[in-house]
Amino acid sequence: MSLLEVRGLGKSYGALRALDAADLDVAAGEFHGLIGPNGSGKSTLLKCIAGAEMPTEGSIRLGTADVTRLPPPERARAGLSLKFQITSVLPQLCVYDNVLLALQAGDSLFDLLLSRSRRRLDEQVKALLSRFRLDGRAQDLAGHLSHGEQQWLEIAMALACRPTLLLLDEPTAGMSPQERRATGELLEPLRGECALLIVEHDLGFIGEICDSLTVLDQGQVVATGPLAEVQASERVAQAYLNHG
Amino acid sequence: MPEELISGPARLAPPARVAARARALLPGIELGLLALALVLPPFLEDFWVLFATRVAILSLLALSFDLVWGYAGIMSFGQALFSGMAGYCTALLATQLGVTSVFVLLGTGALVGLFVALAVAALVILGKRAPSLVFVSLGTLTGSYVVERLARGWSFVGGQNGIPSLPRLTLGRFEIAEGPMFYYLALFVLVLVYVGLRFFTRSQLGLVLAGMRQQEGRIAFFGYRLQHLKGVTFCLAGLIAGISGCLYAFHEGYVGPGQLGPVQSTQVVLYVLFGGVGTLVGAVLGVSLVDLFSYFLSQRFETAWPIVLGVLLLLIVMYRPSGLIGLLVSDRERIGSFGRGGKTGEKPR
Repeated sequence: MSLLEVRGLGKSYGALRALDAADLDVAAGEFHGLIGPNGSGKSTLLKCIAGAEMPTEGSIRLGTADVTRLPPPERARAGLSLKFQITSVLPQLCVYDNVLLALQAGDSLFDLLLSRSRRRLDEQVKALLSRFRLDGRAQDLAGHLSHGEQQWLEIAMALACRPTLLLLDEPTAGMSPQERRATGELLEPLRGECALLIVEHDLGFIGEICDSLTVLDQGQVVATGPLAEVQASERVAQAYLNHG
Repeated sequence: MPEELISGPARLAPPARVAARARALLPGIELGLLALALVLPPFLEDFWVLFATRVAILSLLALSFDLVWGYAGIMSFGQALFSGMAGYCTALLATQLGVTSVFVLLGTGALVGLFVALAVAALVILGKRAPSLVFVSLGTLTGSYVVERLARGWSFVGGQNGIPSLPRLTLGRFEIAEGPMFYYLALFVLVLVYVGLRFFTRSQLGLVLAGMRQQEGRIAFFGYRLQHLKGVTFCLAGLIAGISGCLYAFHEGYVGPGQLGPVQSTQVVLYVLFGGVGTLVGAVLGVSLVDLFSYFLSQRFETAWPIVLGVLLLLIVMYRPSGLIGLLVSDRERIGSFGRGGKTGEKPR
């Protein structure tokens, strides 16, 4: 049984059909890539799964739960976590507090008011910062990090919510080749910890990290399956050729 | 980490020495103001003691607005509604039932503020969808306006004249007269509320509010139920405004429709914008300085003083959005750190 099961998902903005009867399956622990030409509906599909957009029709199941109409906080509590395309770290908070904020999200209001969990979560914050090579910058303002470091911080924050499915929207956008390579190295150890659904333009990066792919074109799924199979698909080649 | 991995301007942190000096300022300002407030009254004439009492009471109202806008990002133009309703209810309790106990009346004022805020929150904040800033602003403004009009037309609460000749508050057998005694009562309540708010805003819950203020859309995806958080903060602010309203009514010996309306609410917004949003002490400074300026300007420019004050406020809001406190403390210090005893193994840089 799939961890994520998307069936017949559609999204319209007025007359514009951004997503049309899209199906998607992601198994537990799988690294799944979502690719397609510009405007193919990748980000819309990811946003519908995360709850940033409500689909016009179709259904989304995470494990046994139907999350189609749940607002973002409830989806996060069900195990979905999202790293936004545009970095949205909290620039005026220090790097440490950014991660702590994500980690403590499950605490009750009363526990937060009494600051009960800060000491308990301290080790986990430090471990995440160390894992994403930010331990030396824990007390720097997040807004003072480089673009690449902000992307890593965002991934650390998304991971701090202990998701079963982590959604990454263009995690290497704007990164230098070295940073892109380092990002791949940072994501690889997540295998077995949670499933990953990655939207990315960099097909080389997707090829290195993902087990399977789904290709979208004009809001529709044109191919899905193991990496090699999808790469060999003529429909996929055609979709990319059509967009020059 | 190899330096070549870092793209863009990565090392922008201020020099440690400058940051450390700036960090010590805020507690210094708070303690300095408290010391001044404690020792000043014996050296002041009666007029200035009354003036300082009003400043302490209005500071409570300003703190309530600072909490909702400066910390939770809710633009409320209805703080006067909560304080005014509390003023009216406690005034009725005193005049109709003869209740004068400071504990009963302050407790009642706090509860009225809390429940009125809860009712307003249910209408404008706790809906199915997250409300927009404009919706909340106009909703609270309209509520404030409507209740003021109702009070003006309702003879049971004195209509245009309000409820005059309120009895003095009592503490056991002692009457709390206007002057130093009322001043120290107001100061005691102000310090109590201030310390409580400092605890609240510097807790891990305060961290969530700080996050909400910066990237509201982001932190919902961590699993925080933002509308609940906003509702709780809004009701807490209502409670504080209620205490302020009760003290104000019994200090002035009168409560009137003007204390419920948009004019009073807007004045509170100006106090906080002038002093500095999101710092608590900025709200207190704002009330003190705006009221002092108003007094001295009115002495010098009998008719034109509101224009001079208005221009001054406009200049501050346009050129110093962080308010006067922003001239003294860094942004880093204004935001502060969160969580009691939350040592992270490193000193902030």
